[in-house]
Amino acid sequence: MENFEPVIVAFCCHYCAYTAADMAGSQRLTYPANIKIIRVPCSGKVDAIHIIKAFEKGADGVYVAGCLDGDCHFKNGNNRASRRVEYVQKYLDEIGIGGERLEMVKMSAGMGYLFAKIASEMTEKIRKLGPSPVRPLTVQASQPTAS
Amino acid sequence: MITAERKPLEELIEFVRPFKRILLVGCNECVTVCSAGGRKEVGLLASGLKMALLQSGNTIEIREHTLERQCDPEYIDELLPMIDGVDAVMSMACGCGVQEVARRYKNMPVFPAVNTKFMGASERPGVWAERCQGCGNCLLGVTGGICPIARCSKRLMNGPCGGSVTGKCEISQDVDCAWQLIWDRLKELGLEDQYLKIIPAKDWRTAGGGGPRKIIREDLTA
Amino acid sequence: MKTESKLEKVFASGNLAVTSECGPPRGSLPNHVREKGKYLEGVVDAINVTDNQTAMVRMSSLAASVLLKQEGLNPLLQMVTRDRNRLAMQADIIGAYALGIDTMLCLSGDHTQFGDHPMAANVHDIDSIQLIQMVKAMRDEGKFQGGADIKGPPKMFIGAAANPFADPFELRVLRLAKKIAAGADFIQTQCIFNVDKFEKWMEQVRAHGLHKKCYIMAGVTPMKSVGAGRYMKNKVPGMDVPQELVDRMGAVPKEKQPEEGIAICVETIERLKKIEGVAGFHIMAIDWEEKVKEIVDRAGLLPRPQV
Repeated sequence: MENFEPVIVAFCCHYCAYTAADMAGSQRLTYPANIKIIRVPCSGKVDAIHIIKAFEKGADGVYVAGCLDGDCHFKNGNNRASRRVEYVQKYLDEIGIGGERLEMVKMSAGMGYLFAKIASEMTEKIRKLGPSPVRPLTVQASQPTAS
Repeated sequence: MITAERKPLEELIEFVRPFKRILLVGCNECVTVCSAGGRKEVGLLASGLKMALLQSGNTIEIREHTLERQCDPEYIDELLPMIDGVDAVMSMACGCGVQEVARRYKNMPVFPAVNTKFMGASERPGVWAERCQGCGNCLLGVTGGICPIARCSKRLMNGPCGGSVTGKCEISQDVDCAWQLIWDRLKELGLEDQYLKIIPAKDWRTAGGGGPRKIIREDLTA
Repeated sequence: MKTESKLEKVFASGNLAVTSECGPPRGSLPNHVREKGKYLEGVVDAINVTDNQTAMVRMSSLAASVLLKQEGLNPLLQMVTRDRNRLAMQADIIGAYALGIDTMLCLSGDHTQFGDHPMAANVHDIDSIQLIQMVKAMRDEGKFQGGADIKGPPKMFIGAAANPFADPFELRVLRLAKKIAAGADFIQTQCIFNVDKFEKWMEQVRAHGLHKKCYIMAGVTPMKSVGAGRYMKNKVPGMDVPQELVDRMGAVPKEKQPEEGIAICVETIERLKKIEGVAGFHIMAIDWEEKVKEIVDRAGLLPRPQV
């Protein structure tokens, strides 16, 4: 797995992390291309099923990025997201994927540097963990079979 | 509503391991409201099972379907086109739904995906608490609208035991003393005298002591 | 007189009655019961025999009561509604009476969660008040719950428990009234350490005239150590141990604490004697039966009346 390049899905809140990603770009801060950003209207909008489907479709890691405590545009969507992430972490443990492949992070729209830093750290962490135990299998299983 | 909780995944994996193709059936009633077995939970479980089994090299096909109601035969008929070709059914409904599916599809192994817990109410988001044990002879009219059978840990019908302290039950600080609640409410309603009436020993036949219970409404029977 | 109970006779004679208790062993060794009983011979009018107390399996209250009876002692059968349904309870009541037991105490019992069988079902077919009603109907009407006549009704002297210290306080006397209305002939209270609060409760008891309708025995317990005091104060639901008593126990050296605990117990009895409506004392010396005689003696309650 020397040249393992993890696939990481980042669910980014439109009001903070998504803008922060933009900011990172305009500040010429580099971050790994492994991160696949999905813009969501609020981190609280991310449901367990979205996270689980990301893994099922081949993600090696997932994180949900929401606003700083007290800054949620929808009052407490970020805190709901945190609790949901904890819940899904336990489910991932049950499945055998491991809850450590999922994280909740919080930042503001102006924190381009933090977005880049988290993206790098997450990529490194998942690189160390190796491919998701279901990844090669899911890829294989989703190959059309000759009938 | 009837509340339920998903069984540990490990147990469910063992149920389905021998099969290649299963039908996972949710219910759009109670178990949807308590987030245990609705459409969303069916999706989550299907993904979880597939991924868990893949790690031991097993692939399984899981058909997902959520019925409007799983305790009525009319709705269960809906499964007929989907059931063809599957090896087993896993139901995310309460025990009533599981049994109705089993009754309708006689040759199909049926497994429960949830543990049915109790009849309860939602105290706040994410918290459900037992409120009724379906004793078949409601006492709420004389107990201030709070059930001592479902909510007193000793099912006392005539007042608090000696373990009621500052409104809490002796078994846990997280459990309200039902009789404290009853008394507070009787006082609020000016019905303190009601407490002095002795509730006689209950006839438990209506609570299931007489075998499986049944309601027959002649005017509605076909 | 409703029964042949010795306890009833002591009450009727106008004397302060004295009871104590004997917890049956967790095994089938009969001598354990006999030895505990010996300490109480001639010291008390009746010996409560607990029924799976603290929800731990013990020799049955009925069997241990019979063992005491065989030694010429006077057992008081405790019965909880936690472990048996009404069939089993009625069967035991007539069985007990057939074996010469004529006094019993009706309880709901500690929740199984407190014992070593938390996985067991809590039966609670009936509650303690309904049990009192049931025993009374068996005795006075000669009827089983199902309505059939009893051949040789059990003439039980019926006791119940009261906890003056649990909440809601205002319900405590009303609950006692309910137990008396159901048919309780005598009451044994929870251990009294807070005499001031007990006095307030008794004031209400008298205001309702309940002390005239039933005999109220004040429960007392000698503390063995400051640790025991602290445990009862903090860990036992519905117990009220004032801090000053714990401090008083703590102020004496460890080896002197048992003595201090007994002194407190005797003083408590002396204070309780002065309260109108107290008809006797129930001394709960848990695994300390050998000290009951000293307490009863120092409290001026010996010799026991011959009735």
